[in-house]
Amino acid sequence: MSTQEPMTDTEQQYVTLTVAGQLCGIPVLGVRDVLADQTIARIPLAPGEVAGSLNLRGRIVTAIDLRRRLDLPPAEPGTRRMSVVTELAGELYALLVDQVAEVMSLPASAFEPCPPTLPAVWAEHSRGVFRLEGRLLVVLDVARLLDLAVAA
Amino acid sequence: MDDLLAEFLTETNEMLAELDVALVRLETVPEDAQNLSGIFRLVHTIKGTCGFLGLPRLEKVAHAGENVLSRMRDGALRPTPALVSLVLAALDRIKSIVADLGATGAEPAGEDGALIAALDAAADGDAPPGDVSGDGPGDGPAATEGTAEALPTPVAPAPPPAAPPLGTTRPEAGPPKPALASAPVPDSAPGAAQTIRVGVDVLDDLMTLVSELVLTRNQLLQLARTQENSAFTVPLQRLSHITSDLQEGVMKTRMQPIGNAWNKLPRVVRDLAHELDKRIDLVMLGAETELDRQVLELIKDPLTHMVRNSADHGLESPAERRAAGKPETGRITLNAFHEGGHIIIEIADDGRGLPVDRIRAKVLAQGLASETELAGMSDAQIQRFIFRAGFSTAAAVTAVSGRGVGMDVVKTNIERIGGTIELASRAGAGTTFTIKIPLTLAIVSALIVEAGGERFAVPQTSVAELVRAGDGSAEGGSRIERINDTPVLRLRDRLLPLVSLRELLRLDAPAAGGDPPTIVVAQVGPTTLGLIVDRVFDTEEIVVKPVAPILRHVTMFSGNTILGDGSVIMILDPNGIARATGIGAGEGREGAARIAAPAETTGHSAAMTSILLFRAGAADAPPLAVPLALVARLEEIPRERIERCGDALATQYRGRLMPLLPLTGEVDPARAQQPALVFTDGDRSMGLLVDAITDVVEDRLEVELGAARPGLLGTAVIAGRATDVIDTGYWLTRAFGDWFRPEAAKLGPPRILCVEDSDFFRALLVPALAAAGFEVTAAASAAEALALREAGAGFSAIISDIEMPDMNGFELARALRAGGAWSALPLVALSGRSTEADRARALEAGFNEHVAKFDRDALLDALRRVLSGPGGADAARELVA
Repeated sequence: MSTQEPMTDTEQQYVTLTVAGQLCGIPVLGVRDVLADQTIARIPLAPGEVAGSLNLRGRIVTAIDLRRRLDLPPAEPGTRRMSVVTELAGELYALLVDQVAEVMSLPASAFEPCPPTLPAVWAEHSRGVFRLEGRLLVVLDVARLLDLAVAA
Repeated sequence: MDDLLAEFLTETNEMLAELDVALVRLETVPEDAQNLSGIFRLVHTIKGTCGFLGLPRLEKVAHAGENVLSRMRDGALRPTPALVSLVLAALDRIKSIVADLGATGAEPAGEDGALIAALDAAADGDAPPGDVSGDGPGDGPAATEGTAEALPTPVAPAPPPAAPPLGTTRPEAGPPKPALASAPVPDSAPGAAQTIRVGVDVLDDLMTLVSELVLTRNQLLQLARTQENSAFTVPLQRLSHITSDLQEGVMKTRMQPIGNAWNKLPRVVRDLAHELDKRIDLVMLGAETELDRQVLELIKDPLTHMVRNSADHGLESPAERRAAGKPETGRITLNAFHEGGHIIIEIADDGRGLPVDRIRAKVLAQGLASETELAGMSDAQIQRFIFRAGFSTAAAVTAVSGRGVGMDVVKTNIERIGGTIELASRAGAGTTFTIKIPLTLAIVSALIVEAGGERFAVPQTSVAELVRAGDGSAEGGSRIERINDTPVLRLRDRLLPLVSLRELLRLDAPAAGGDPPTIVVAQVGPTTLGLIVDRVFDTEEIVVKPVAPILRHVTMFSGNTILGDGSVIMILDPNGIARATGIGAGEGREGAARIAAPAETTGHSAAMTSILLFRAGAADAPPLAVPLALVARLEEIPRERIERCGDALATQYRGRLMPLLPLTGEVDPARAQQPALVFTDGDRSMGLLVDAITDVVEDRLEVELGAARPGLLGTAVIAGRATDVIDTGYWLTRAFGDWFRPEAAKLGPPRILCVEDSDFFRALLVPALAAAGFEVTAAASAAEALALREAGAGFSAIISDIEMPDMNGFELARALRAGGAWSALPLVALSGRSTEADRARALEAGFNEHVAKFDRDALLDALRRVLSGPGGADAARELVA
């Protein structure tokens, strides 16, 4: 898991993904797996952000719907979604996203903190922004995204 | 921390635990020289190792302690309680230093001058001072207790010295830091070691792997089921067996004797006894009973808490005990044993019992229930209020307990691991808590159910039965009824509160139409609760996995699991569901939820009897009943095996012909199977053919209307319906013309006098005894029996009821034994109560035997015994002459 701040001169690798059209990134060292569309079992009475649980090679992974988590409109029913599996305090979580794209090496020089005008829910759950050619990549803060107890 | 130090800590902690036990023993049995030298050797070892490792502070304390012990060993000092306290204080100091050493890797700074001076003075023969905890900033004995408990279980549980050697596994391996360092057991020669130390996390990892293996195996089996004649079938079966064996083996490595959770208790109790100025005897039974170490860890604290409670609240002071006529020394008994897939732990004291009045007052004061509600509650229900949060009856908050964090925490902790806790308390006689917990938490057998389109697992241990809700007709079973939208079900004459799983879990999918729902009757402590589910699948062995932390607040689930088909499902927690619906919460208002009759109420209504209900004849005929104790077996006899012999029906049973009598007079030729109630006597049997056997209920058997036709005793209200009770005597006579005169009666049957006030019992006993070859005379009261004596009647034995108006059975027995013609006759007591105390009372009154009502075989046995005894033989001879 990467705890390093992307402030060094070296390049950092990010798994890029899209959620509701927005390009986002997660440090590649924090990603355990990328899964294609999976059967997700619903968990009754769970918070809305929790999409359910899935079986990853015998381990139970809690799936978090990133759209719900970031206050985005729900996905069209029937769309195939992918998930990025990360680990926090020994537990596995799957972040449900629209699409997972390639792994990118990004230079620290292109990084800057979030603009202050970002909506609170975005500002809270991201570490900063990379300026890419033609588009921006938001670096998500996985630990905060999974901290549902605080959000609830 | 280097390996040497880690090893030292493990060993020292083990030795300290052993020392605690041994020192408490020293105090009670000062003359046990072997024990004393054992203590000395242990302290000496600690001191020696400290010197070797360069731990001066530890070494000095240990050395001073060793001096005192050495003087004791030489007989120069007597181990008085004060002296033992002093040595224990030295041990506490060592413990606290060791704990710091474990946490930081270095000896903490501190001053032990006063303690060492006191120890030295004691060694020189001076009386030890009262308090030595003054120095050593912050780590006197009082603080030590706290430190020691705050640490992540610095217990290296050593078996009590008397524990038998365990085979090849040494389950007590539990080093404080599960460092993988494996060291041979110190006292075994190299190469000869039968046990090795294995880190707990290695075992845990193994368990996880085995769990995964079990899951994968289940998955494979599921796949194989769909393919017939696959080449994989045989190897797969083998894999399956090996996996099961492996699972069992790994489970075994995790098993530890419960004594490991108890080894701190003698010290705790001893300290408490000193602090509270009480005399307490701690008895531990079944310490070798094994359970999973995970469970063991979880119950350790609740157990300690409960023992503290018993010592503090339960037991009285010596003066109070003397005044109450009890021995001054109170007793706390811990008892552990296996029962089914559970381990039962009882914590009993012989103290004052739970004060119902004080609890009631407190319940009122805290507004937990109203006066009217309380008035309707039994003592046992009121006592259960102690499990409510924030409830403590201790008038004074002592240092020991009474701080309001109490039994509710214990209850919650026990329920968290799928256990239950019950209590039984009698004023003046003491309190017994009974804890029932599963042996292991890792793999459980679960019932898979479906509700609202989702599947769930319900642990088998909490499933009492499955009931299919019907349409309310006699065949379909009872239907779900509603009281203001709250569903309930009539189950065996009680109302079962129901919870719709679909509504509870807010599952929006509609019910799977068509099939009537099934009700999973779940046992939650003493209460019963029905879960309405749409479908019930199979049972499956599941591996319980904890739910993710973000879901912990959903108390309805105890975990989740992966099924054989790979899908993830939630495991329902009946305890949590009961709490969420308000049923389990102290259970004050939900008295109606008790379906299983609790033991304490059966004592009051001695006439509760197990009654078999069945049907025969027309569809609108009333149900029929017979006391279950009179029925030997229930059989389903296939149509083709019912044979006609002359006019009668019979079937071959164990090489003999068993006469069959259709209750309705004829056999329905359309039925493939015919249910039969079988009555036996010695080697003869007869079958009574009925249409359907419907249920077994517990109820009073009071025949209120006389019989309208032969074969019936009369009508009684059973399970809320008018029910005809059959006369077994009549049917026995019909089956065997000579049943009343079996070959044993050649010399003239022994004559029995049966004293019984209840018409029903008389009507039942007389034919039953007659069928067994006795000649029976019945008397409806003791006075009537005595009148028979005066009239000069002769009998071989007397059977008498105990509870009778005017003159009871005890009085009758005393009157008979006091003199007269019948003073030597065998007397058999017949009673609805069959506890040891009742039995003793009956024997004291002059009865030869004491038999429970309705236990026909026991009664016949008792009669045979007394009649073959000296008095009986004489009586029989007289009779013949």
